[in-house]
Amino acid sequence: MAKIKLPAAKVEELKGVCVKFNRDGGELINVLHAAQELFGYLPAEVQELVANEMNLSIAHVYGVVTFYSFFSMIPKGEHPISICMGTACYVRGAEKVLDEFKRHLDVKVGETTEDGKFSISCLRCVGACGLAPVVTVGEKVFGRVAPEDVKGILEEYS
Amino acid sequence: MEIVQLTIDNKKVVVEKGTTILEAAKTIGVDIPTLCHMKLHDTNFENKPGGCRVCVVEVEGRRNLAPACKSECDEGMNINTHSVRVVNARRTVMELILSDHPFDCLVCAKSGDCELQSMAQNLGIREIRYQGEKNKYKSDESPAIIREMEKCIMCRRCETSCNKVQTVGTLSAINRGFESVVAPAFEMDLDHSNCTFCGQCVAVCPTGALTERDSSSKVMDAIVDPTKTVIVNTAPAVRAALGEEFGMEAGTLVTGKMVSALRKLGFDHVFDTDFAADLTIMEEGTELLGRLGKHLAGDKDVKLPILTSCCPGWVNFFEHQFPDMLDIPSTAKSPQQMFGAIAKTYFADQLEKKREEIVVVSVMPCLAKKYECSRDEFKVDGDPDVNLSISTRELAQMIRNANLNFEALEDDDFDQPMGESTGAAVIFGTTGGVIEAAVRTAYEVHTKKSLERLDFEELRGMEGIRSATIDFDGLPVNIGIAHGLGNARKLLEDIRAGKSEFHAIEIMACPGGCIGGGGQPYHHGDVEVLKKRQSAIYQEDKGKVLRKSHENPFIQKLYKEFLGEPCGEKSHELLHTHYYDKKKKTEI
Repeated sequence: MAKIKLPAAKVEELKGVCVKFNRDGGELINVLHAAQELFGYLPAEVQELVANEMNLSIAHVYGVVTFYSFFSMIPKGEHPISICMGTACYVRGAEKVLDEFKRHLDVKVGETTEDGKFSISCLRCVGACGLAPVVTVGEKVFGRVAPEDVKGILEEYS
Repeated sequence: MEIVQLTIDNKKVVVEKGTTILEAAKTIGVDIPTLCHMKLHDTNFENKPGGCRVCVVEVEGRRNLAPACKSECDEGMNINTHSVRVVNARRTVMELILSDHPFDCLVCAKSGDCELQSMAQNLGIREIRYQGEKNKYKSDESPAIIREMEKCIMCRRCETSCNKVQTVGTLSAINRGFESVVAPAFEMDLDHSNCTFCGQCVAVCPTGALTERDSSSKVMDAIVDPTKTVIVNTAPAVRAALGEEFGMEAGTLVTGKMVSALRKLGFDHVFDTDFAADLTIMEEGTELLGRLGKHLAGDKDVKLPILTSCCPGWVNFFEHQFPDMLDIPSTAKSPQQMFGAIAKTYFADQLEKKREEIVVVSVMPCLAKKYECSRDEFKVDGDPDVNLSISTRELAQMIRNANLNFEALEDDDFDQPMGESTGAAVIFGTTGGVIEAAVRTAYEVHTKKSLERLDFEELRGMEGIRSATIDFDGLPVNIGIAHGLGNARKLLEDIRAGKSEFHAIEIMACPGGCIGGGGQPYHHGDVEVLKKRQSAIYQEDKGKVLRKSHENPFIQKLYKEFLGEPCGEKSHELLHTHYYDKKKKTEI
């Protein structure tokens, strides 16, 4: 596994988070949430750091990371795409929209394109059911998205 | 103590509150079948995730069936452990487990000793009604342990061993749902992980998911090769357990039959690792006295306590987990490696053979020994001092292959010169034995007096951590003993914190020491088996004429003719080693 260098400031911040949670193994999920917030994802190096700081085995940390779908070991793309799979969006065809994104980008949910530009994830209800189906790219929200619109949305960011 | 009264299969039972239905049933001779559950009494091994649901029982008035391993007894419970509903549920559970299990029982290494297989037989499963997806995993073949996770039933026993008992932390359940599997971090191979190869995961695995790397066919290849002289040596704990593989009572000593079998299998020289254990005591005991003497004389560079170094699982453990303390363990090689080093020099000279013409095979209760003999520092120009290390189980398999009637074999004696040993060497096979053997020799060398009492009861037993102070004629020597790596960790952390009062500590990776090694016949959760093996070891010691390593005439001869002094120049070259920081190696 290629070793990546973690930025020193973020490493210190993460160590601080572990101290804040008293290095209590029971708080591992909270620490991992904070770590993912900091680094955007949870590469092996971050998991190793957390394991050392929390006095847990790396295998245990990895077990928790792989159990919860919220945690990701793949860095998000420059423009993270989220497709809402909440009930309203789903019944109005979100799955077809998702399939179209997957087809255009040739990646699965949770993955990032090779050029690092786009990543796809699904989420549950952004609270804009009136606009269903909803897609967010970064901070921008697209409403009433139809499969035919996908190409145009991607072109905005190319 | 609060007690509760209940009925199990129409029998009244009175137990302490908090007792599980499984344990309560056992007290009246009702054996509820289990698969994931395992408890080793007198050790801290207890695995009850309640995951497999094979142990379900019917509790009157309760809507669903209760898992007996996790459900506590309540006052007035009325339990049926084999109603039609219970048996049908168990059969369904088994069919579901088997629906994602390979059907290659005929060629599986665990066949005949597999808990899943015998459970399926007991429940009379003749058809798998559930057809569906099957998991596929990459195979992981380390020098010692092979993982075939298609055969894993997620009982989690290996995880309990690795994390709770051994505190090694290599294995964890990863992923979720159907995808979940037990694996090292990032699904790396064991060889790249911080695994110590202690084999305690293999010792408790109910199926063929975790097994040893089998070298027995390579041993047979060497035996039939006319250009090779094949030398075998057998570790002390093997003779106290091998008989179990042939249906003999646990704790039956089979030393003579084992020698006889090895000779019939075609080994050219049948020697005893115990010879090398005596040699280890000469080196380690001398090192202990040297370090103790310097320390007492005020030399601050000399560190105490000295830790034993015969156990390769333990060596791996401190190399991975305590790399800041590599100067504390004794530098003496393990008996296996001392044996190989002497066999390929001193004994090769006697045979007038080149080392390449000699194949050294060791029979060990251990899986870490397979890894140990593959270490680069134990090779000369790429030729390992010990070529192949096989487990007690593999030797039993070889004996079965040759169709020998083991029980009917006549007793035979080891060859000389490397077959002679003392009682001190035999007790290497159990926790506390190495340090007792060291004390017997170190005491006499230090005090120049003869010991009146050879049985140091204060060093014996099954407690995870033990300690005693032995009076070396006015010099009190504080001895510590730990078996199981979790217990070892506690002593090591004390040393690191500067809190340790011990002068010498013996550490064995496996619970019980080598008698409970990862290469021994499967105990299937019965801790009494380990205790019986332990008493067999002490019985063999008692029966020996010579019981102190320095009295072994062949060891005396070896020093006189070849090695010179213990811890001398030649000894350092052949019988001592150094340790590496392995934490760096596993960093991802």
